[in-house]
Amino acid sequence: MFRALADATRRDIVTRVMNEGISVSRLATSYEMSFAAVQKHVAVLQSAGLVSKERNGREQIVRGNLSSIHRIQHLLSHFEEVWKQRALRMGDVLNDDD
Amino acid sequence: MNVTTTTDVDKLTLTTTAELSASLERTWQLVSDPRKLERWWGPPEWPATFVRFDFETAGRAHYFMQGPDGEKIHGWWRFVSIAEPRELSIEDGFADEQGEPSGDLGVTTAHITFEPIEHGTRMTIVSGFESVEQLEEMAKMGMQEGMRLAVGQIQQILDES
Repeated sequence: MFRALADATRRDIVTRVMNEGISVSRLATSYEMSFAAVQKHVAVLQSAGLVSKERNGREQIVRGNLSSIHRIQHLLSHFEEVWKQRALRMGDVLNDDD
Repeated sequence: MNVTTTTDVDKLTLTTTAELSASLERTWQLVSDPRKLERWWGPPEWPATFVRFDFETAGRAHYFMQGPDGEKIHGWWRFVSIAEPRELSIEDGFADEQGEPSGDLGVTTAHITFEPIEHGTRMTIVSGFESVEQLEEMAKMGMQEGMRLAVGQIQQILDES
């Protein structure tokens, strides 16, 4: 449950920082969790290359990294086809053995 | 048959869902019977043969896929959890000729669940990657394979004409 929620939060963060940079503290006010917890989610996203963080005075601004998100989506789509073909073959095996 | 796929860039997973018109028990055989498994695991050009299949929790499997020019690519599985006939979780990676993990390209995971529906069984497969780098390398390999196949097919057409 917590994991799913955490993932939902991360997805939400990514969506929100896609169009404009948002500070970590402003992000933190939107979720019912501690500043540190939000910062942790941002760190996970950052290490995955999905967002980047830059310092602006005392604030840390989070921005979505659109090109790497597109890149990952593109890479995953390659394996979507692999698994789709596998699923279709599974259907064939079941039909053949009828 | 209706197959749908979704991807999750955050978790580096892709989910495949299909509704199969067979009972839960028959569908389970697709993953528990190596002879059935090898009919769908590899693509037609790279059919798979399972030479070891210890179907038990923490048990291992060793398979190879053989390409059109005779080349063999070896792989291993580890059965992380088995809950017959509804759930199976495996790790998959590249192996040497003895079936020992080679460590190349790391490990991918697949979590397969089956649930009975009105006229058959719904299958959900969540396939997971370790890192973007792994995804990148594996995709590159697949694309090279695709290219090689295409070149092979061109050669065949040329030979026939």
